[in-house]
Amino acid sequence: MAETVAVIDYGMGNLHSVASALGKVCDQRVTVTSDPAEVAAAERVIFPGVGAIGDCMGEIRRLGFDKLLREQVASGKPVLGICVGMQALLTHSQESGGTDCIDLFPGEVRFFGHELTGSNGEPLKVPHMGWNQVEQTEHPLWAGIDQLSRFYFVHSFYVEDTGAEVMGRCDYGVRFAAALGRDNLFAVQFHPEKSHTAGLQLLHNFVRWNGQR
Amino acid sequence: MALAKRIIPCLDVDNGRVVKGVQFVDIRDAGDPVEIAKRYNEAGADEITFLDITASHQQRDTTVHTVERIAAEVFIPLTVGGGIRSNDDIRRMLNAGADKVGINSAAVHNPDFVKAASDRFGAQCIVVAIDAKQVSGEGEPLRWEIFTHGGRNPTGIDAVEWAARMSDYGAGEILLTSMDRDGTKNGFDLALTRAISDAVPVPVIASGGVGNLQHLADGITQGRADAVLAASIFHFGEYTVPEAKAYLREQGIEVRL
Repeated sequence: MAETVAVIDYGMGNLHSVASALGKVCDQRVTVTSDPAEVAAAERVIFPGVGAIGDCMGEIRRLGFDKLLREQVASGKPVLGICVGMQALLTHSQESGGTDCIDLFPGEVRFFGHELTGSNGEPLKVPHMGWNQVEQTEHPLWAGIDQLSRFYFVHSFYVEDTGAEVMGRCDYGVRFAAALGRDNLFAVQFHPEKSHTAGLQLLHNFVRWNGQR
Repeated sequence: MALAKRIIPCLDVDNGRVVKGVQFVDIRDAGDPVEIAKRYNEAGADEITFLDITASHQQRDTTVHTVERIAAEVFIPLTVGGGIRSNDDIRRMLNAGADKVGINSAAVHNPDFVKAASDRFGAQCIVVAIDAKQVSGEGEPLRWEIFTHGGRNPTGIDAVEWAARMSDYGAGEILLTSMDRDGTKNGFDLALTRAISDAVPVPVIASGGVGNLQHLADGITQGRADAVLAASIFHFGEYTVPEAKAYLREQGIEVRL
């Protein structure tokens, strides 16, 4: 039987792009679902998210998906967080007046701020929106993607660049974590489903990944 | 490492067909927005903006279907503008695969709609489109106002104040079109672009008047735009997206190659 990739749907945003990008890179069954049993039965899990973290965490908790996600990660199957889905994996976020998150990665999600400036002192717009370069740390999910390739970002809050679990770094007035990874869990701040060739390659790598470094 | 300035081709679509004709030499159907969006995607466009000028509400199903077909083929951000008047309109477009929606006259008629939309869907997908026209006379301090209905109807609203208000209300981005320059090929209104860009904390897309590649560069360096939108110079094959990017890069502007 064909393997399945489950895209967790908790009502926050459009998941069709993720699903259609996956359809482009694999023959596996792709299901967009809010059914915990279906998520648990899948070989791979994608945890996306857009919008405000307070609303996202509210829905995640209401549906019991924090526990579900912990179980999926503990089971050893490959799990990929995207955008707010990455931020929700941290300990805490400054967004929405301060929000406790799932705490699968230690660390804080911070606001870029209104006084952000670039290397020449020029003011930087927030949200950080558009194509920026990612400095990759060796990991199977970067296979076939050139070092410093650009990915599409859109976010106003960022994950601090701390710790050994940072698998990709980006710079926008501050250096921040563009990717995190530990064992079978990987997460990216950018949108691979909107990042053209490099993004599709990352998804291609994920659906073939065995969850090992 | 730096964020790239974006180049955004814009398609005007009427009832599922591209108007203001696209003239690629080897394209099968120059009226098919899906075909054209794929071309721009392959050519390295950073985003695609799709402006729906379909007049009748009944034909919006065609638009939704077109967006679905584009989103299934094009893996770069897609903005859909035109006729977005309610959260239901936004939900339909996002569910069809749009990443952002452009809100124009509905924002002017009901500014709180922008707040409600941003609260519901997040600022990242709310683009407020502003059509501005210079109203100051010669020798007076520069002043621009918002116009609706393709530049015919004045609103008396100051463009710079409006842009600042819209970003306060939760617009994640401003798409700024100079009605004085649109279609002229004389370049962006740089003073307007800069005034708006300096007044808002969110990214600004400059639009209206591009006739050559230097105009794109000027919009970024002098207008301080974060992205530049153009239609005819790309549609009529005068320049390709890679040529535009190479030109900007020669001028020291960060682009995605």
